Amino acid sequence: MSRARGSKALGAFALERLLNAVPLVIGVIVINFLLVSLAPGDPVTALIGEFPAPPEYVERVRAQYGLDRPVPERMVRYLGSVVRGDLGFSFANRQPVLELVLERLGRTLVLMISTVVLATIVGVVLGVWAARRPHSGVDRGATGFALAGYSIPEFWLGQILILVFAVGLGWLPAGGFRSIRADYVGWAAVVDQARHMILPMLALSFRYMAITTRLTRASLLEVMNSDYILASRARGLSERRVLWEHGLRAAALPIITVIGYNFSFIVAGSALVETVFGWPGVGRLMYDSIFTRDYPVLLGILLIVSIAVILVNLLTDVAYALFDPRVRY
Amino acid sequence: MSRAGAPPAAAPTAGETVLELRDLTTEIRSVRGLVRPVDAVSLRVRAGEVVGLVGESGSGKSMTAFSVMRLFPTKAARLVSGEVRLRGRDLVPLPQEAMRAVRGREVGMIFQDPASYLNPVLSVGRQLEQQLQAHAMGRGARARIAELLRDVGLASEIAGRYPHELSGGQAQRVGIASALACRPALVIADEPTTALDVTIQAQVLRLMARLQREGGVAMLLITHDLGVVAEVCDHVYVMYAGRIVEEAPVASLFAAPQHPYTQGLLAGVLDLIEPKPIEVAIHGSVPDLASPPPGCRFHPRCPHVMDVCRRETPPHFEVGDARAACWLHDGAPGAEATA
Repeated sequence: MSRARGSKALGAFALERLLNAVPLVIGVIVINFLLVSLAPGDPVTALIGEFPAPPEYVERVRAQYGLDRPVPERMVRYLGSVVRGDLGFSFANRQPVLELVLERLGRTLVLMISTVVLATIVGVVLGVWAARRPHSGVDRGATGFALAGYSIPEFWLGQILILVFAVGLGWLPAGGFRSIRADYVGWAAVVDQARHMILPMLALSFRYMAITTRLTRASLLEVMNSDYILASRARGLSERRVLWEHGLRAAALPIITVIGYNFSFIVAGSALVETVFGWPGVGRLMYDSIFTRDYPVLLGILLIVSIAVILVNLLTDVAYALFDPRVRY
Repeated sequence: MSRAGAPPAAAPTAGETVLELRDLTTEIRSVRGLVRPVDAVSLRVRAGEVVGLVGESGSGKSMTAFSVMRLFPTKAARLVSGEVRLRGRDLVPLPQEAMRAVRGREVGMIFQDPASYLNPVLSVGRQLEQQLQAHAMGRGARARIAELLRDVGLASEIAGRYPHELSGGQAQRVGIASALACRPALVIADEPTTALDVTIQAQVLRLMARLQREGGVAMLLITHDLGVVAEVCDHVYVMYAGRIVEEAPVASLFAAPQHPYTQGLLAGVLDLIEPKPIEVAIHGSVPDLASPPPGCRFHPRCPHVMDVCRRETPPHFEVGDARAACWLHDGAPGAEATA
């Protein structure tokens, strides 16, 4: 387990990890391509529609999109175009895939990042609160909350939130990412979009609040029983210093790991939540592209999401190294 | 009385009583009932003096140290009675915040396993700086830290290092620097050399003894190692099953141990050089403190056990310049019972 310190700077480590990710991304493309090719359903049927088209027209469309070629040839051509930065053309949206995905990605990232921030803040605060008084009422409450968070599925929670806060109380909009009928500008537009984001963000973050709460509690309880906490008290440090600087800093390491690890699950969760709330992000686009057999879009999304997950994992490792002086690569 | 932020109190004058424990009793709630790891312990440490507190593991010597700081490794422990007088002031009635100002400022503590008593994610310098800041000595902390590290024989660059980058000996030197950082009147060292390599043990011990002499501080040295006691202590208390069984100047203790337990301990150390009759060695093990034996707690293991030992707790009898809690000295010529 011993790592030589300072042999390589963090930057060099990050660069090396990025280069190592290239074959990984190629592997992801190949596997996704094969999976999509093996999936039932014909994109041409989806493109033309259900009505009976003349067979020669179907064949012409098939040839036009290159779908008459064998799978290996199509895969090599796809890889070639990806390397040139071309992710293909969306059948259903009549728009280049890259342009379409990037347009939607921004909205998904806004939702995901606010989810991670909210879940981390609430989870850490609740976890610290519970760990300071183990087996108290606060602790039991936090544990019960965490259990609920683990067991409630996002899509169901989303529907309940819509029923209560949008349909029942009428406080917040039920879906979409902005009001279509009103034309807000400036701050009003920001507030309007934020109001649309509250319910999807809550639905998506509940589980991660729970995970972070449990983990913070467990990690902090363990750290607060360690010898160096006793020693810092023996040096006369205030209980606040002991908790926040000694305790939480040491307890943060597993929390950072899990936040990064959760990111890929939040991507999956966002597909469900965006569908429930009609949030026009990548998750919603992925759902639609599966239904319309819009394979270039699906492949493009999978590729970009894979790259995002790899980048987030890298960021997690960098953050870990910054927090824990024992970790050097 | 110094609070956080108060200027350091005047250095203790030689011979002044720095720490005095009077009938200190600490209890731990355990699944098998109340345990008293510290049972009516009285001892005294003077300025410029190193006092040893010796005993087997489980005898309550570390709990005595934690009781002085009123800081326990478990929430189940509680100081129940007695006095902890630091330079005359009883610390027992003080609220936690006032105790915080005492810890690390008036009393420095050195722990057994130096590496586990330093936070792995904070640099050495930061941990020393926090302590100085906690006692309103944050101004000029950088220079003070460099000075402290130099005093314990470390380069000032060590301040930027993290605990895992230090050897055991270096980490314990940092521990010593921290104990002395705020120029305390008393240093409590709990098995400071036990976790170190033998060659490093001697170095660290010499360092502690030198700094103690130069600073004129009082030191309470907790150890099970009689070699350490012989090397650095002026006065020794022997603890057995939560009680002090013998107290003597170090020379007297080694020359003429008065309590059968002390005799057994010394026999265990010396029999390689000077073989003793086998009956002097101690048989059995430390009693279970949840249900200690009545009378003298050592009686089940004592080679000289008498009827009275099983019934009544022996008081401390003065024997020459030593005091021993043993009925053998009752009515002996020159022996006199004291409290």
